[in-house]
Amino acid sequence: MLLNTITTLLPDLNKAFFETIYMVGIALVIALLAGLPIGILLFITSRNLFLDNKAVNAIFGFVVNIVRSVPYIILLVALLPLTNLLTGSTIGPTAASVSLSVAAIPFFARLVETSLREIDKGVIEAAVAVGASRWMIIKEVLLPEAKSGILQGFTITTISLIGYSAMAGIVGGGGIGDLAIRFGYYRYDNTVMVTTVIILICLVQIIQYSGDKFSHLVDKR
Amino acid sequence: MIEIQSLTKKYVTKKQTVIGVDNVSITIEKGEVYGIVGYSGAGKSTLLRCLNLIEKPTKGRVLVDGIDLTSLSEKQLRRARQKIGMIFQQFSLISSKTVFENVAFALKAAGHSKPYIQKRVLELLDIVGLQDKKDIYPAHLSGGQKQRVGIARALANNPTVLLCDEATSALDPTTTKSILQLLKKINQELGITIVLITHEMEVVKDLCHRVAVMQEGRLIEEGPAYEIFSNPREPLTKQFITSILDFDLPETLIKESKGTIIKIQFEGKTAGDAILSDTLQKFPIKGNILHGKIEYIQNDPLGILIIEFSGESKEVAAAIEYIKERTGSLEVIAHAA
Repeated sequence: MLLNTITTLLPDLNKAFFETIYMVGIALVIALLAGLPIGILLFITSRNLFLDNKAVNAIFGFVVNIVRSVPYIILLVALLPLTNLLTGSTIGPTAASVSLSVAAIPFFARLVETSLREIDKGVIEAAVAVGASRWMIIKEVLLPEAKSGILQGFTITTISLIGYSAMAGIVGGGGIGDLAIRFGYYRYDNTVMVTTVIILICLVQIIQYSGDKFSHLVDKR
Repeated sequence: MIEIQSLTKKYVTKKQTVIGVDNVSITIEKGEVYGIVGYSGAGKSTLLRCLNLIEKPTKGRVLVDGIDLTSLSEKQLRRARQKIGMIFQQFSLISSKTVFENVAFALKAAGHSKPYIQKRVLELLDIVGLQDKKDIYPAHLSGGQKQRVGIARALANNPTVLLCDEATSALDPTTTKSILQLLKKINQELGITIVLITHEMEVVKDLCHRVAVMQEGRLIEEGPAYEIFSNPREPLTKQFITSILDFDLPETLIKESKGTIIKIQFEGKTAGDAILSDTLQKFPIKGNILHGKIEYIQNDPLGILIIEFSGESKEVAAAIEYIKERTGSLEVIAHAA
């Protein structure tokens, strides 16, 4: 009986699973492309660092804080016009990935900044003392030294995005979380709800486990 | 040659202005080992960091080999820094890079080609005796080995100057000795000018040709190392050298003494003379050595002897006069009661 229900559910589950991967994947790529540079910028423009710039630091810090303080569900609705402009639609997983990306960029940027702060200031100073250029310091000192922490931040961002993506159902984004809410919660179908939640638990566990493994692997401290 | 001209560094915060370095001028000759001593907070570290402009001076100029660093553009300054090596108390190696890559970083910063870097890094690791450790990450090195990597990195671009920021303070005495030996070798064989800051007078004694003493951001005393050890003028300088040259006599010894206790300092040439035996032959008094020590400030001996003279007070007084004439440095610590 239980097995039967799950079997009939499989096509739905399969579709939802890939919708989640798709939405979160797009958001992660954009978070990496935009969040990483912003995180680095936030760090190197802070006090006594080699690109010390109060104004730039304050502006970026302010914008990042604003986006981070808006609850995701409100961000999602507020960004509908932008979503329509970018994707030509306001429903579906592609549309949902817009707001997920916007939420992910500042989130990841702050985590990158925090990892960079963990670096021993003396090491950065030593790099300045040998006459290395800024770009070289970023590429050869900051990123390698913070790699382990940035990977952990990426893991955290991934898991948060999977959580956010459940709300993407509001705009018909689909995904596993959406399946759990529609079938499980609204229709009181416990089997579906439990199955989807178990899938989510497994997904999160696997991501966290591999994230920790990678992070540990690159850590030479 | 390094010329520091009326250098001042102030830290301005909303609440207060803190003066790190207060109007300091020093000229350091080429090939010299110059030591700056002082307690923590005296401004010596700030001063050192102004020499490669890691710290920007508020006022004053820093000239290295005739080039005014404070007038350079960002790019020119990077070039100039490649000729000024620096090593640190906490070594400051890149933990995600191997020994080889850490040294190679400095060469890459100077824009050298891959084959040159390959050759030069091995050459440098040979100088510091770490060729067999080239593929190891810093976490697996001892403190002394880490500092050797730091030295190899600092020497990478054939600098004319090496700045040492408390380079041995985090090391044990034996390792300190070996690092000091290495620095000495670098100074003598490569002719690199060394500026070091430290609070350990042992380091100064072993290595420095000239010494400056700093207190509250100001330079309070400066001179050849031997002069500073034998004739310190300022109380702080005296305090510093006592860590090397002083020894306390037990209180009871001084109280129960039946003679006159004197302290004689032998400097340079006189350290080798037989002043004491001459005195004891010349005057009918007895001499009892309570304590003695000879330190070598690099190669020059500096001796201190504490003796108790007993006998007729007139003869003792005459003997003391005689020694004073010959050494110029005698201090009466206690008279017979």
